[in-house]
Amino acid sequence: MSVIAQREAASGGLWSRMSLGQKQVIWAWGFLAVPLIFYVVIRFWPTFQAFYLSVTDWTITKPASFVGLENYKRLSADPLFWQVFRNTFMYLILGTPISLLISFVVAYYLDRVRFMHSFIRALYFLPFLTTAAAMAWVWRWFYQPVPIGVINDILSSLGIPQQPFLRSTSQALPAVLAPAIWAGLGFQIIIFLAGLRAIPVTYYEAARIDGLSEWAILRKITLPLLKPTLVFLVVFSSIGFLRIFDQVYNINTNDPGGPLNSTKPLVLMIYQTAFSSYEMGYAAAQTVVLFLILLVISLIQLRIMRDR
Amino acid sequence: MRFRHLLASVAIGFATLAASGAKAVEIEYWQYVFDTRVKAMNQLIAKFQETNPDIKVKQTTFPYADYQTKVAAAILAGQGPDVVQLFYGWTDNFIAGKMIRPLRAEAFPTADIERDFFPIVSAMKRGNDYYGLPTAVRSLALFYNKKAFKDAGLDPNNPPKTLDELVAAAEKTTKRDGSGNIVSAGMTLDMAGQDHQWWREVLVRQFGGVPYTDNDTKVAYNDEAGLKALTFYTDLQKKHKVGQVGFMDEGQAAFRAGLAAMTIDGTFRLGAFNAIKGFEWGVTELPANAQGMRSNYASYFANAITTKAEGEKLAAAEKFLAYVSSPEAMKIWMEVVGELPARRAAALTPENIAHPVYGPFLKGLDYAHTTLFKDEAAQRQVAIDMANRVLIGGEDPKASLAKAAEDEQAILDRAKR
Repeated sequence: MSVIAQREAASGGLWSRMSLGQKQVIWAWGFLAVPLIFYVVIRFWPTFQAFYLSVTDWTITKPASFVGLENYKRLSADPLFWQVFRNTFMYLILGTPISLLISFVVAYYLDRVRFMHSFIRALYFLPFLTTAAAMAWVWRWFYQPVPIGVINDILSSLGIPQQPFLRSTSQALPAVLAPAIWAGLGFQIIIFLAGLRAIPVTYYEAARIDGLSEWAILRKITLPLLKPTLVFLVVFSSIGFLRIFDQVYNINTNDPGGPLNSTKPLVLMIYQTAFSSYEMGYAAAQTVVLFLILLVISLIQLRIMRDR
Repeated sequence: MRFRHLLASVAIGFATLAASGAKAVEIEYWQYVFDTRVKAMNQLIAKFQETNPDIKVKQTTFPYADYQTKVAAAILAGQGPDVVQLFYGWTDNFIAGKMIRPLRAEAFPTADIERDFFPIVSAMKRGNDYYGLPTAVRSLALFYNKKAFKDAGLDPNNPPKTLDELVAAAEKTTKRDGSGNIVSAGMTLDMAGQDHQWWREVLVRQFGGVPYTDNDTKVAYNDEAGLKALTFYTDLQKKHKVGQVGFMDEGQAAFRAGLAAMTIDGTFRLGAFNAIKGFEWGVTELPANAQGMRSNYASYFANAITTKAEGEKLAAAEKFLAYVSSPEAMKIWMEVVGELPARRAAALTPENIAHPVYGPFLKGLDYAHTTLFKDEAAQRQVAIDMANRVLIGGEDPKASLAKAAEDEQAILDRAKR
């Protein structure tokens, strides 16, 4: 106490003139400032720097000079960018609904299973714990042609012609997406289960007494009450699919994003521009575009899901 | 400049005087982590320090993945190595970033370099200056599975000498299942491996063209020769059906598993292939064309002196560089790492040429070419995509070739700015 008293005296009475409430605010901000400063320095500052870099031609070895919107012009004229743009949205458009549908169905029925419930739940969650890189390598071998590819071995033993999978421009993207969906399933199921459990049982009881069908219960009670969970998962998995990288990179390390760029997402293009071609300015312009896409999509989704 | 030399020699004198008692000059050497390379360098450093007790060399290693980025960041920050190992293809980048300095002609006379080293060392030359010297070089050769040759009724001691013989041997050694799927390839097709080098510097030349002109800044393969080279390559899969891109994931994996009779790869693969237990394999020169013309692609990591080295450190760095590119060092490097000596005299000994494994690689060095890459990964991608457009997309080779030439020219032009 005496230490505080001394300091109060030393600070010229300013501290002592403050009300208790003001002091609490100052203390609170004092503590909050630590993570805040950390975030500003580690997160926000580099983000703003990326915006600046995107209007320079920095290449690590050559000093940066201002080039205006040159990088953005090059980007919009780059056919690779538009292909990558399309791919990124394919991951989103296919990935989010399919993964949410599967995980909801699994969660919906798993919720009713009592027998070995936690064991089954753990099984579903297992892939989520696995390293994406390791998983991508395993799936990469699944997709190989005969004689080592498991899937093609089965196909050809059934007399079905073997499929190219990763070696096809049309099949490669779904083939890369499948393990990504599978890996994220566990997490989504757990969240859905939590959401389902949060719905009061009394509603269901009342509905059943009133003689509502299971389908009607699902549509009128379960889904509407599950909306906060759904909003969270849609936004969360959309961002995940828009940022897909490790699965794509590792399933085809020799020709990342191939064949013929048919599986290349924006993040992989950024990575290659920055750390393989060392065109940091151009890569920064791509990250700005990705940032804007993520921002717009998240805002739209939040909006739509809230209004309804 | 003269003053600086004076200063340097004074520094050397001073260092030699002080050597008996006090402080040795410490210089730093950087290379990427690769077990045998680190081991070989440790031996070289020990030997060097024995003869130069006034100089201490500290070796620093780190993973290959971020090598360029880390070296660039360190040197620009005034830290980092005095002598650094770099891939010859990064030279332009390192010079542009003012990371490495030209070798002084007094210490490394140009005439001597050009007389003693294989001609591919010219990839380190800009204007009249050399920017580094290699200890060892790598070239390509055709690996073949002797067991597969025997099983197919071919002479395992008489591997293909020409491209036609290559195709014939591949056809004989390919095995297919009932539905016609390849279960064991005659020849691997893997542009992402070494095939892009084979196509660019070997096949294009063998069909009468050149891959580039103007110091590798102008793409020149978009012609009849380039088309023939591409068609030859894609026909291996489309017409002869002796291999398939992506079979066993990678060409080297297929060969190692004994599921490919032939593959083209470099000296750096010897370590991996030496571990093969299941069958005996052989090495032969890359096949010649119908006229007997051969070519090869050689590459190397060179050692260069950085801009950070000044004064007595510069003098020490020069001494160290001279030692690691000496015949003695090359001999140690070959024994430990398995890479070929970069000096003719050290490489082309009768003993080496007669060596069943090193021989074919060494012969290749004499007529090898070295591509001056601007962005190796991106240029490799161009070749991968070129083959894929034909093999997956079913595109006409001519159109695919034209597209590749255009894409690669754009990469080269961008690097010039």
